[in-house]
Order: sequence, then structure tokens, then C-alpha cells
Amino acid sequence: MADENNTDEREEEKISPWQQMIDNPFLLLFIGVAMPTVFYTLWGVMEIASLPVAPY
Amino acid sequence: MAQFRQCPDTGLFFHKEAENLMKANAVAGVVCLLIAGILALLVVLTRWPAVHLLPADTFYMVLTAHGVCALIFWVIFFEIAILYFAGSTLLRSRLATPRWAWAGFVLMIVGAVMTMAAIFAGKSSVMMTSYVPMRAEPHFYLGLVIFAVGALIGCFVYLGTLVVAKNEKTYEGSVPLVTFGATVACIIAIFTIASGAEILIPTYLWSIGYISHIDPAMYRLIWWALGHSSQQINVSAHVAVWYLIAGVIFGARPMSEKVSRAAYLLYIFFLQLASAHHLLTDPGLSVEWKLFNTSYAMYLAVLASMIHGLTVPGAIEVAQRKKGLTNGAFEWLRKAPWDNPVFSSMFISLVGFGFLGGISGVVMGTEQISIIIHNTIYVPGHFHATVVIGTTMAWMGLTYLLIPVLFRRKMIMPQAAKLQPYVFALGMSLVAIFHMAAGTLGVARRHWDMGFAGNPLGFEYPATAYLLMGIAGVGGVIAVVGGAMFIVIAVGSLVFGEKLQKEAGLLQSFGFPLADSAYTDEKPARLPMAPSEAVEAHHDESSFEAPGTFILAMVLLVSFVIYYFINWKYLSEVWGLS
Amino acid sequence: MTSFLPPAQKNWWAVPVGRQEIIWIAIALVWCLIMFFMMPLWHVYGNQNIANEAYKVTPAKYQAKVNEMIEKYKVREETAMKIPVVAPPDGADVYLLARLWQWYPMLELKKDVTYRLHLNSIDWNHGFSLQPVNINIQVVPGYEMVLNITPNKAGEYTIVCNEYCGIMHHSMLGKIWVKE
Ligand code: HEM
Ligand SMILES: [Cu+2]
Ligand SMILES: [Cu+2]
Repeated sequence: MADENNTDEREEEKISPWQQMIDNPFLLLFIGVAMPTVFYTLWGVMEIASLPVAPY
Repeated sequence: MAQFRQCPDTGLFFHKEAENLMKANAVAGVVCLLIAGILALLVVLTRWPAVHLLPADTFYMVLTAHGVCALIFWVIFFEIAILYFAGSTLLRSRLATPRWAWAGFVLMIVGAVMTMAAIFAGKSSVMMTSYVPMRAEPHFYLGLVIFAVGALIGCFVYLGTLVVAKNEKTYEGSVPLVTFGATVACIIAIFTIASGAEILIPTYLWSIGYISHIDPAMYRLIWWALGHSSQQINVSAHVAVWYLIAGVIFGARPMSEKVSRAAYLLYIFFLQLASAHHLLTDPGLSVEWKLFNTSYAMYLAVLASMIHGLTVPGAIEVAQRKKGLTNGAFEWLRKAPWDNPVFSSMFISLVGFGFLGGISGVVMGTEQISIIIHNTIYVPGHFHATVVIGTTMAWMGLTYLLIPVLFRRKMIMPQAAKLQPYVFALGMSLVAIFHMAAGTLGVARRHWDMGFAGNPLGFEYPATAYLLMGIAGVGGVIAVVGGAMFIVIAVGSLVFGEKLQKEAGLLQSFGFPLADSAYTDEKPARLPMAPSEAVEAHHDESSFEAPGTFILAMVLLVSFVIYYFINWKYLSEVWGLS
Repeated sequence: MTSFLPPAQKNWWAVPVGRQEIIWIAIALVWCLIMFFMMPLWHVYGNQNIANEAYKVTPAKYQAKVNEMIEKYKVREETAMKIPVVAPPDGADVYLLARLWQWYPMLELKKDVTYRLHLNSIDWNHGFSLQPVNINIQVVPGYEMVLNITPNKAGEYTIVCNEYCGIMHHSMLGKIWVKE
């Protein structure tokens, strides 16, 4: 058992950061919520909120 | 102590609690589909000009109910069942906190009943989009909020199950691709539901007089973060179901784990931005915002779907070729099990989603082209291709698979089941194509009378438009027949199908629970990694592993390019706008 | 059998990708970029774009503006309901109002002349759907959109409402005439 754990760890060292990201659901959850919140929601809300009042 | 049973046919392990939850959610979903289908018949017969069945007020009420019940309730109940399947069954893990999962289920039922009751009471015919300041009864919104909370609990139970499986080391290496796809769906669902809460809770408070004003433009912005993202849950989940069915029927493995997962990663980054393409003709949002978001940041999420469009059939082709079906480009496809409804539903879902739903969706979601399509009946045409031919047919194929595996029943009426996917697909394709065609002639969506009878201003759409809507009406009736066949077969199998497990329990008439003796307290052995020899064998990098699929993909691309530029041509002929 | 098992390699990211996938991804990426650049290019070279111009406005203010325009440029009335028809001078600001269940007033425009068309609703969402050309714009209450429109063909045009706006939604029509 101890042996197996060791190989696990050694292999993990070589694993690319992309794979580590893909294997981490909570990191993905953060990205998946942050992206649309920033680019879609916040950006959109700011544009609507900053519209000028009709000039007449 | 978690109890498990192993399915003797597939070798899958089912955690007893998870199994019952899957059954409950799937059955609730099918009931919603039944209701939605009945309503669909009424709607489509009203939009068929020669029939024009319902009076106006009933039509708008029934249309509201059809949208909510089909798009929200049917799809999401089934999605929760898929999450539990992908998290618990596929990982051989117990489900985290089954009690919470049941609480979520109860909330979803309560919410669904509340909203449907509000709609059928007649004072909430506001369409599922419920744009303010049009006002529904308070429990219309409250029901949706409660339903969403229940679904959110389901998402967290799924994430918790991933943690349990990891800690208890129920599998080796990374999670299977299908489970990863479900995780992506779950992540998108969490953003979706959060947006829903953000907008529907204030709207509920407004409906009971607690808040005086909800800004209509803000409402549309946030509502579509709910409305469109929920479609992206469907996309992620039904792509996962395609991979699953390809694996079950053909023993197919992903052509490349890296490519498929990276494509899903693009979904996480970019897919939800596409909510913007509902707002392309709205005032107040800048061109920059529209371009960036509606292109999903340069169409990188479309790229991901095009990748799945190659790798799913590609995986099937590779598996089939390994079995010796190597003649020509398409023997693998010709000799696929076309009379197995699990496969035929899945493959029609794939092709229909790509060719009808995908191409039309990207075209109409182009910033300027939206001008000639927004809110015409083209839009329902498009999304019946995505959410009905794509998602619903994938769910149907999965149901055919689950009847023996999950419910341990033999399917009744196998002959009808062979035909069902074709009947449904034929009808739905007619609905999708002819609604789209009528949309290009300007016919409005959500519209009771395209003839404007008795209006002093008078207006006539071209006669062709009536013909197109009539053909769509015929298609709708065929689709409803196909849908009814599905319901009869699925529900009939649960009630009357031959029991596959002798030691079945008393309450078998609803398919659950199985007898206690079917389960053991023994923890399933750890889920092994896929065998690896085959990888090297088929990875001859210089040659094309799946030439037939590549040809299909190029056909898709060429159709896409042609259709895309045709629409620019149409656009260039209308009045100048700037 | 294997799409629902863990990948065969722990380190699956390092497994090389086949040529077929790479070629397809490259082709698809190029197509996606072409589609993306079509949109900004159309803003530069195309003639059908929705500009950024929009304002916040109250129903009373907008209604007053509409009435002012009608007083100045009214040429006749149409139908039993005596809906005013307005013929604004070339290049003028034209105020079109959407309300339950009418587009108000009616307009008489000239071919190949550009007008500044203002769109606003004073109650609920409506959908400006100009037929038979099939130009569709969302009309949101409280937000005034300004579009520079240039009719390119003479004739009688109808404005349909294509955003659901309540029980008489299907009876909401308006008219625009374009003269040579
Ligand atoms: C059984 C076959 C079905 C038929 C014949 C059918 C037909 C229709 C028709 C004619 C409309 C009205 C279009 C309009 O006037 O604007 C409609 C709307 C809609 N349908 Fe279906 N449909 C079917 C199944 C489904 C399913 C399975 C789903 C979802 C999974 C679905 C989702 C919707 C949605 C979301 C709307 C829009 C409602 C709205 O505008 O608020 N339909 N359908
Ligand atoms: Cu209207
Ligand atoms: Cu309307």
C-alpha cells in the first residue's frame, strides 16, 4: 500500500497544470462562475446603469 | 452502511439510495414531458392556421405552461437523475447526503406544482420569460425559486459525491469522461441557478408589493443569464450522454481524453457568455459587449461543440472499425444498430443538434443577423432542434438504456420502440425546419393570429407563410405521436414490463424499490482505469483513424459556411440601419 | 466500455493527439475566427448595424416628445381611430411609441433618406417587427433606442409586435409608408 502511494505521488509531480486544473472540480466551479459574472453580468449591468438620460 | 447492487447485465454498481433518487427524478421528469407534450399539441394546433384551435387567452396560458413545463421541469428533473448516475453509479461511490437529495427533490416537486398551478389559474400568462413589468401572480415566481433551490441542492449533492468518491478512493486516476461532462453541466447549473435567484427573488418581492420597481433592461440581462445558461447545461449534459451511449453500445473510448476534456474546458470558460445573443437588438448594451459575449469570446465555445461533433462519432467509428467494419468510409455507420432505440435516439440527437440546431443557432446569434431573426418563429424552430431533437432525444435514448439497467424491467413493445425515435425525429424536424422557414418570412413567435383578422390596419403575410406553418403543424402532430409512443413504452415498461430480477419487491409496479435481497453491504471493488493496450494500437498518428467521420464533419462545415453567408446576403438587402 | 471508465493513463494530458483531430481543430478554429471578424467588419463596411445610441427616459417625457412631433408634422389621419400620420422632414428625429396595443403614430417617409428613428415603449416590452422587410428590434420600456434608418424601397410597410405583450398582443400593428 505504502508503495502504491509513493508511485501515485511521483506520477502526480509530472502531471501538467492543465490536467490538474481539469481534475479539480472546485477550481473549475470558480472559473465557471467568475467568467460569466464578470464579462456578461457585471459588464452588462455597468453599461445599462451608466446610460445617459434623454437630452430633452 | 451504504448498500449496493450490481447490475448483472452491465456490471454497473448502484447505491440503493442513489438508485431510488434517480428513479424518482427520472419518473418526475417523464411526467412533466407528458404534460408538456399534451400542451404542445394544443399549441401547435393553434399555430396551424387552418386549425387555429384555442381562443387567444387560453393559447397564451397554454404556451406559457408548455415552455415552463418542457424546458424547465422535464429537462432539469432528468438532469438531476443524470448527475446522480454520473456521480454515484459511474464512480462506484455512495451518494453524499441522500437526505438532502430527497429534500431537494421534494422542493423541486413543490415548486413545479406551485408554478403550474399559478399558470393554470389563468392570471400568470406571462410566458416563461416573464419580462417585467408584466406581472404574474406571486406564486408563479415563488414556485420557480423553490424549484431552483431544490435543483441547487441536487448540484451540491453531486459535488459532495465527487468529494466522497475521491476520499474513499472508489476509482483510480481521473474521473471518467462522462462524469467530467456531468461536472461541467453541474458547474454551469450553479451559475444558472444563482442568476435565477438574483432576478426571480426580487421579482417575487416586487409581485407582492415589497419592492416598487424592477428595471426592465436589467431584468432581461439577468434573466437571460438564467434562461440561456440553462440551455448550456443541456448541451454539456447531452454531450456526456452521447459519450456514455457510445461507450455502452460500442465499447467506444474517447479518441483523445485530452481533446474531449479540453473542449469541455472551453465550455466552462466561454459557453455561458452566449446568453448575450438574446439581447442583440436590445437598447443600452454596447457593440463591444455584444460582440465579445455573443461570440462566446471569439466562438471558442462553438469550437468546442465542433470538436465534440467530431470526437463522438469518431469514437464510434474507431470502435466499429476495430470490430472489422472497415469497408469504405461508411460501413461502420451503415452497420450500426439502427433498430436499437438507444443508439438511434442518440445518433439522431447528435446529427440533428449539429446540423439543424447548431448551425441555425450560431447564425442567428451573429450580432447583425439577429436583426432579421429576433423574436420571429425562427427562434422556436431553432430551439426545438436543440432542446428537443438534441437534448430530449438524448434523454429518451438514455431512458431506453435505463429501463433494464436501472429499473430492471424488460422493455415492452420492442417493435414500437424501434420506430419511435424515427417518428419523433421526423415530426420534430418538420417543426424545426418549417418554423425556421416561416420565420424568415417574418412570422412572429408567441402570436395567436398571424392573419390579424378584423384589424383595421390589416396585414397579410405571404401565402407561403401559411403553407409553412401548416406543414409545421402536421410535423407537430407527428412529433406528439412520437412523444406519446415514448411515454407509453417508458411508463408501460415500468408498470407492465417483465421483471428482470426474480427477487423483486412488492412495490414493483412502480419499478422501485427492488427487494432488499438484491443489495449487499459490501463495498464495490475500486473502479479500474480503462485498459491501456488498445490506446497504442489505434494511435497510429500519421493516418486518419475515422475517415468517415471526417467526411461528415466536412459536410457539416460546408453547410455551415454556405448557410452563414446566405444570411448575410439576406441581411444586406434590408433597409440601411446604423 | 471506456468512455465511462477513468482514462487509461494517469497522465492523460501527455498522450499525443491524433492527426485527424488536430487538422479538424485547426479548420474549425479558422472558421470560428472568420465568423468572429465578420461582425466587426460589418460594422465598418456593412449597412445594417445597431448603433450604441440609447437613453434612459420616462414615459411622460417620451409621450410629450411624440406629441410635439405630431403637432409639427401631421399630414392626415387614418382609420376610424383617427391615428395621426406624420411626414417628417428629411433627416429629422422621428419618435415612434409602442404601447398596449398600438404603434403610434404612423409614419410617411421618403426612399433613400436617412431618419433618426427613436423607439421606446411606455408600458411593457414590445417587439418592433417591420414587415415585409423583416427588421426586428426589441423595445424595452424606459430605454429609448436611436436608429438611423434608410428605407431602400417604396411601398406600404406594417409594424407587427413580436414580443408577447399581453392578451391583445396579436392585434398590435403600425404603419409606415415609404414614398419615392
Ligand atoms: C412534442 C412535440 C412538441 C411540439 C409539437 C412543440 C411545439 C411548439 C410550438 C408550436 C411552440 C410555439 C411557438 C410560438 O408560438 O412561439 C412551442 C414553444 C416552445 N416549446 Fe415546444 N413543442 C414540443 C416539444 C417541446 C419540448 C420537448 C420542449 C423542451 C424540452 C419544448 C420547448 C418549448 C419552449 C421553451 C417554447 C417557447 C415558449 C415561449 O415562447 O415562451 N417544446 N413548442
Ligand atoms: Cu406589443
Ligand atoms: Cu406584442
